[in-house]
Amino acid sequence: MASSRPSDHIDSPAPEAGINQPRLGFMGYLRFFWRQLTSMRTALFLLLLLAFAAIPGSLVPQRSSDPNGVVQYIRDNPDAAEVLDFLQVFDTYSSVWFSSIYLLLFVSLIGCIIPRTKHHLQSLRTPPPKTPARLARLAGFTSVNSDTADAPDAAITSAQKLLSKQGYRTRLFDETARDGSRELSVSAERGYLRETGNLVFHSALVGVLVTVGIGGGFGYNGNKVIVEGQAFTNVLSGYDTFNPGRFFSDDVLVPYTIAVDKFSAEYEEENLDAYGQPIDYTVDVTTDVPGEGEASGIIKVNEPLRIAGSNAYLLGNGYAPWITVRDGDGNVAFSQPVPFLPQDANLTSVGVIKVPDALPEQLGLQGFFYPTQCSTDVCGSALSSVHPDLRDPTLTLEVYTGDLGLDEGAATNAYALNTDDLTQVSGRNADSPGLLLKLGDTVELPNGLGSVEFTEVKRFVSLDIHHDPTQIWVLIFSILVLAGLLTGLFIPRRRVWVKAVATPTGTRFEYAGLARGEDPGLESAVEDIARKHSQQLGLKLSE
Amino acid sequence: MTETLVTFSLVAIWSAMAMYALAFIVFTFDLARRSAPAEAPASAALAAAGRGSAASRRAEASASESSRSSGSTAVLDREAGDGATVVPGARRSSKWARLAMALTVLAWLLHTGGTVLRGLAADRVPWANMFEFSLTATAIIVGVFLLVQFWQDLKFLGAYVTGFVALFLGIATVNFYVDVVPLPPALQSAWLVIHVFVASLGTGFFALGAGLSIVQLFQSSERTNRSRLLSTMPDATTLENMAYRLVVIGFVFWTFTLIAGAIWAEAAWGRYWGWDTKEVWTFIIWTIFAGYIHARATRGWRGSRSAWLAIIGFSAVLFNFTIVNLFFKGLHSYSGM
Repeated sequence: MASSRPSDHIDSPAPEAGINQPRLGFMGYLRFFWRQLTSMRTALFLLLLLAFAAIPGSLVPQRSSDPNGVVQYIRDNPDAAEVLDFLQVFDTYSSVWFSSIYLLLFVSLIGCIIPRTKHHLQSLRTPPPKTPARLARLAGFTSVNSDTADAPDAAITSAQKLLSKQGYRTRLFDETARDGSRELSVSAERGYLRETGNLVFHSALVGVLVTVGIGGGFGYNGNKVIVEGQAFTNVLSGYDTFNPGRFFSDDVLVPYTIAVDKFSAEYEEENLDAYGQPIDYTVDVTTDVPGEGEASGIIKVNEPLRIAGSNAYLLGNGYAPWITVRDGDGNVAFSQPVPFLPQDANLTSVGVIKVPDALPEQLGLQGFFYPTQCSTDVCGSALSSVHPDLRDPTLTLEVYTGDLGLDEGAATNAYALNTDDLTQVSGRNADSPGLLLKLGDTVELPNGLGSVEFTEVKRFVSLDIHHDPTQIWVLIFSILVLAGLLTGLFIPRRRVWVKAVATPTGTRFEYAGLARGEDPGLESAVEDIARKHSQQLGLKLSE
Repeated sequence: MTETLVTFSLVAIWSAMAMYALAFIVFTFDLARRSAPAEAPASAALAAAGRGSAASRRAEASASESSRSSGSTAVLDREAGDGATVVPGARRSSKWARLAMALTVLAWLLHTGGTVLRGLAADRVPWANMFEFSLTATAIIVGVFLLVQFWQDLKFLGAYVTGFVALFLGIATVNFYVDVVPLPPALQSAWLVIHVFVASLGTGFFALGAGLSIVQLFQSSERTNRSRLLSTMPDATTLENMAYRLVVIGFVFWTFTLIAGAIWAEAAWGRYWGWDTKEVWTFIIWTIFAGYIHARATRGWRGSRSAWLAIIGFSAVLFNFTIVNLFFKGLHSYSGM
C-alpha cells in the first residue's frame, strides 16, 4: 500500500536522509514534477489555496450571480474596477487563476487515484500477508496459555471462523519457528471498503467536476415574464432572455406552452410584526406538451414545474396594470396589461408604456404603480405604497411625445424609455402636471393628444426555465461523494493475527492487530477477539 | 398565545444564559484549582486503580463463566496496559468540575426548552432567522459537548464551551432578536428542517474540535508544557486524536449540508450552485476542513499545523454565520435583520 501512496503520506516509509541524487534528464525532471504535483503536500497546498482564492468572489459582486451589482460597483469605483476586471475578479469562479488552481488540484488528485486504484484492485485479490514473527510489538497484544498441547489446529480453525464471521478475510499459516517449535496461525484483514470508499469519494469529486464542466454546456436557461391570461411557448423567440450552453442546439427545445391562468399571493394579515409579509405565492397554469395534451398544474417558489425535461421556476412576480390609450382621433392605440417592475417589499413598481401607433404623434409614458397608495393624511404628498396587496391601486404617469425609436427595428429595452429625443407634455417638466389615475379612471391628455384609461390590474409572474440534462448526474456523484466519505472515514482497515505457539507446558495463544489508517478502536477489537476466542477454548482469562 | 410562549421562551433563554455564565465561572474555578499544587497525582492514581479494578472485575466475571464450561485453566497475561480507555493525564474530576457540569446540564435544559418554546410560538422549526439559528446552534454545541462526555472526559473544555455559548446567546438575544414572523415562501420547504439542522450539528462538532485544538497548541508549545494546569489535561497527541475524530464527524455533516443545500437551491432558485456568498463560504469551510483531514495524513503537517487548520476552519464557520450573514449581499438573506 505504501508504494501506491504519495511519498509524503504519513503511512509511507520515512525518506532516507542524505542520498546523493543522480542528475536528472528531461524525463527525470518530468517524473520529478509529476511526483511533486501528486504529493500530499502539493495537494494540501492547492486545497488551501483554493479556499483562499474563493474569498475575493464573495467580497466583490459576480457577473454570474449579481450582474447588476457589478454594473453598480463599476460605476461607484471606476478605478478599482478596472484593475479588478483585468484580474477577472468579477468572474472569480471562471477566472484563469481560479480555474488553474482547481484544475491542478484535480490533476494531482487523478494522479493519486489511478495508482491507488490499481494497487487496491491488486490487494483485493491478495490474501492476507504472512503472520509476523513477533506479535508482541503490535497493537493490542494479548496472550493466553493453555496447558494442553493438543488440538491447536482446531483452536486456530475456530479463530478463523470467528474472524470470518466478523468480516475478516483470513488465511492460515503453519510454520516452524527458529527454535523449532510449531507455530500455527491465522492472518486476517478487514475493512477493504475503507480504501474503496476513499477512492469512490475522490473519483466522485472528479465526476462532479466533469459533469458540472461539461454538463453546463448542454443545457440552457431563460426567463419570461408572463401576465395572467397569457401563455409562453418554449421556442427561442418566446423568451425575454435566453442563455444557451456551449453545445446547445435549437432542436433541444420542446415547443410546449405554459399558460398562466391565475397568480395568487397571500399576505400576512394577523401577525402585526409581519403585516403584509408574503406567505404564499401560487401560479395556476395550464400546460400543453406536444403529444401529451393539456394538463393543469401549479408552480410555487419551492415547487418548480417539471415539464418535458425542463423545469419552470417562479422567481418573481408583480403587477401589470391594464392601460388603454386612445389617440387624438379617439382610436384605441394601445390596450394591454403592462408589467411594472417591483422596487420594494410593498411592490411600488415602475413601468413604461410605448404607443408607437398613436396619432398624430407617438406617445411614451412612464411612471409608478402603487398597489396600496398611502393616504396623503398619513404619508404626506409623496406617494408610496404601504401594502403589497391591491387595497388602493394608483398609477402615476408622465407623458412624452416624439419618435420612440422603435421603427428602425433595433432591439430596445421594453422596461426603459429613452427620453433624450422626446418632449414631455405632462409631468414635472411640462406645463401640465403628471397623470394620477385610480382604477377605472380615464384622464385626458393635454393638447388633444388623446386619453389614458387605467382599465384593470393583472398580476404577472417571472418564470425561469432551466434545462440541464446532467443535473441528475451531479446529484448521483454527490451522493457517491457522501457515501465514499462515510465508508472511507469510518470503516476501520485492520489486520489481526491469532497465533498458537507450542510451549514446553502446552500452547500459548497470541493475539495482536495492526491499524492501517486511522483506527481508534483497534485495541478494543483485538481484546474482544481474544476474549471471545479464549472463551470458546474455555481458557480462563484474568488481567 | 404566541406572545405568552415567546415570553416564556425568552425567560428560559435569559435564565440559561445566567446559568451558563455561572457554569463558566465554576469551570474557570476548576481550571484555577488544577493549576494549584494539590493532591492531583494521588487522585489520578486512585482513578486509575478504580478503572483497573472495574475492568478486572468484568474480566473475572466472564472468565469464571467460561471456566465452568470446561476444566482447563489458563492465565491471561497482558503485556500492554489497559491504556485504550484511559486518557493520559486525565484524572478524576474535581468537585468544582462536577458542579459546573451540573450547572451546564441545567442551563442546557433551560436553553433547549426556550428554543423549543420559540418553535412552538412560531409553529415551525426554531431556526428560520439569525436569532433562532443562534439559539439552536448553541444548544447543539452544548448538546454535543454533553454527549461527548459519555465517550471522553472533556470537562476541561467546559469553560470554553459555556463561555462561548453564554457570550453568543447574549449577542443573539440583544442584537439579532426578531419577532416571530411567518416563513417567506422561499423558506417553506422540508429542506429548511434538514439543511439548517445538519449545518448546526456540523458547527457543534467543529466548535469542540477547535476547542481541543486550542488546548493541543498550548500542550505542544515549549514554553507552557511544564504548567501544572496543562498537566491535568490530556497530552497533545491525545488531544489531536480526539479533535480529529470530532472534526471528521463535523466534516461529514458539513458535506451533507452542502449537498442538501444544493438540492434545495435547485428547487427554490432554479440552480443547484451559483456561487452565492453563503455558498462560497460554505465551500471555503469545506475546503479548509478537507485540508485539515489531508494535513493529518501528510508528513510534517500532523500536530500544531493541522491544529491551526481546525481553528481557522471554525473561525471561518463563525465568520460565515456572523459577518457574511450581516454584511455580505446574497440570496441567503434570511437573518431577519
